[in-house]
Amino acid sequence: MMDSAQLFTLLNITVMTVIMWLTPLQFIPFFIWLERKGSALIQDRIGPNRAEILGFRLFGIIHNIADVIKLLMKENITPTNVNRLYYLLAPFWSMTVSLLPLLVIPLAAPITVAGHPIRFQAANFDVGILYVLSITSMGVFGVILAGWASNNKFSLLGGLRSSAQMISYELSMGLAVVGLLMVYQTVKVDGIVEIQGHLLTVAGHTLPLPNWGVFLQPVGFILFLIAAFAETNRNPFDLAEGESELVAGYHVEYSSVKFALFFMAEYSNMVAASFLISTLFFGGYQVPFASTEELLQHPRAVLTVLCLLSAVGGAFFGILVSRRAEHQERLQPGSRRMESSFLKALGFGKAALALSLLACLWMGLLPAPEWLPGVLAALLQTLCLLVKVLFFCWLFVWVRWTLPRFRYDQLMKMGWKMMLPIALLNMVITAVVILVQKN
Amino acid sequence: MRVVERPGVTGIQKFYLVEVVKGLLVTLGHAVRNVLNPSGMPVIPYPEQKKDLPPTTRGRHRLMKREDGSPRCTACMLCATACPAECIHILAEESPDPKVEKLPAKFDIDMLRCVFCGFCVDACPLDAIRMDVPEIAIAGYTRDSLVYGKEFLMDHDNKDIVPQYNPPRPVVWTHGPHAKP
Repeated sequence: MMDSAQLFTLLNITVMTVIMWLTPLQFIPFFIWLERKGSALIQDRIGPNRAEILGFRLFGIIHNIADVIKLLMKENITPTNVNRLYYLLAPFWSMTVSLLPLLVIPLAAPITVAGHPIRFQAANFDVGILYVLSITSMGVFGVILAGWASNNKFSLLGGLRSSAQMISYELSMGLAVVGLLMVYQTVKVDGIVEIQGHLLTVAGHTLPLPNWGVFLQPVGFILFLIAAFAETNRNPFDLAEGESELVAGYHVEYSSVKFALFFMAEYSNMVAASFLISTLFFGGYQVPFASTEELLQHPRAVLTVLCLLSAVGGAFFGILVSRRAEHQERLQPGSRRMESSFLKALGFGKAALALSLLACLWMGLLPAPEWLPGVLAALLQTLCLLVKVLFFCWLFVWVRWTLPRFRYDQLMKMGWKMMLPIALLNMVITAVVILVQKN
Repeated sequence: MRVVERPGVTGIQKFYLVEVVKGLLVTLGHAVRNVLNPSGMPVIPYPEQKKDLPPTTRGRHRLMKREDGSPRCTACMLCATACPAECIHILAEESPDPKVEKLPAKFDIDMLRCVFCGFCVDACPLDAIRMDVPEIAIAGYTRDSLVYGKEFLMDHDNKDIVPQYNPPRPVVWTHGPHAKP
């Protein structure tokens, strides 16, 4: 029988596992919306804005629900001459493997509430980052199984190309991370994030920059970023699913729910890659210039920052909605008034609420239980991580519509003849610099 | 495989990362401009706004009428013969006016076959058929609803879309009762 501390730890792990399992699933509709609306705005067009529920169009998010309904109601075809086990296994494998790397990502620093330590990390393996690298290697299986089992030359070709691309860039990804591990001297993810909370110290001088991976290993960051694009089969490395090249690549024979799973697995991979990049190179949950101890010591400042951010966010949203409403009024008078007023009320109401909370805080009207500093610090840190992850999600969409696709030989040449030597060189130079600094 | 070098590419451009950043700034400029100023986008939100069609656009057909309300068409079959898609079907009948030879009893245009070439308009000697209704998005729920009959084609008033331009067509009647000497 376990005592209460162990029970609490078990509860902690369970809750964090569920949260980290649900997180990519919650990101997926948002990411699909970001992709469609963001691509449209980059391409000087409007994007999805027609599907509505009870008069609410919400800038096109309702289209995701329409997509889900469409994908679920399509005819679920299994071609006759496929290898049934692999054909049915492939989408589930892809989806599961894309959800797994997120278990080691910490959402905030560990805090103590009422005597119980709470960790915001589902699994703190001793192998840390190596777990993530091994999971991404397993992700290649889904592609190979799908390509082979579909009994279709196009999907076989697409699967082969995609898997060759993925394994080539896994090498560079691993080696780019090795330089980082040498600098941080730990493999465990929470250690890596914790050490990025301090200020950058180079050759004895403390620079006014946070100790992030991107400043310590800029070459490693660029290599990891490019490898992440290649691992997720994302433009400019998306020849496996390039619509103009290979019909739809390795998932051409999949319909309905199985295709939905591949689709979701791709976005989930991108979300996992964004989380990884922000955790390894951009400090994860660390707020720049404010380490965890400082956050715990100044809860009033933390709450002030949170309220101000809420207020600014709400006001910005309200202003955007009113500009959009003006635009709509000019086109079609009286059409979207209900939705515009509701959203404006939501935005400005949130701003007003945040400002009133701030006022209460500074007038001393708020109670201050002893768990409040910890919770506030965790909240701010999670928000910080989310902002970084959202930036990288936007980067995925942004790069997609900026760069043309690489040809297969260009891609392989880049992976083996350019990125691998640069990664090795980076590793050697990092080792030399560390040795020189030690002496 | 022989790789052909692209001419005019400098070393920094070949390094590609600098070009990537420049490209990213261009696309970001577009995205930010379109978020802050949505009415500046070159987008017409159809169907709330429709594009202005040029005056010679070949839109939907309509049959023109004489002053007494009877169709100008005398079922001469020139448009049906000229039509490359064979979509005009005419059935002639006796005309009560002794000066007019025939009238169409049925004048069906199968819009599912029509290619909107305008040959029927060019072929007609009486300016009886025109394609100047500014409706270019023609849709229906059944196949039968898209076979336009004589009454529909002669009904100019009862539509949401009213023909806006009547381009002057130089009609020269060299034969028949209305020929100018």
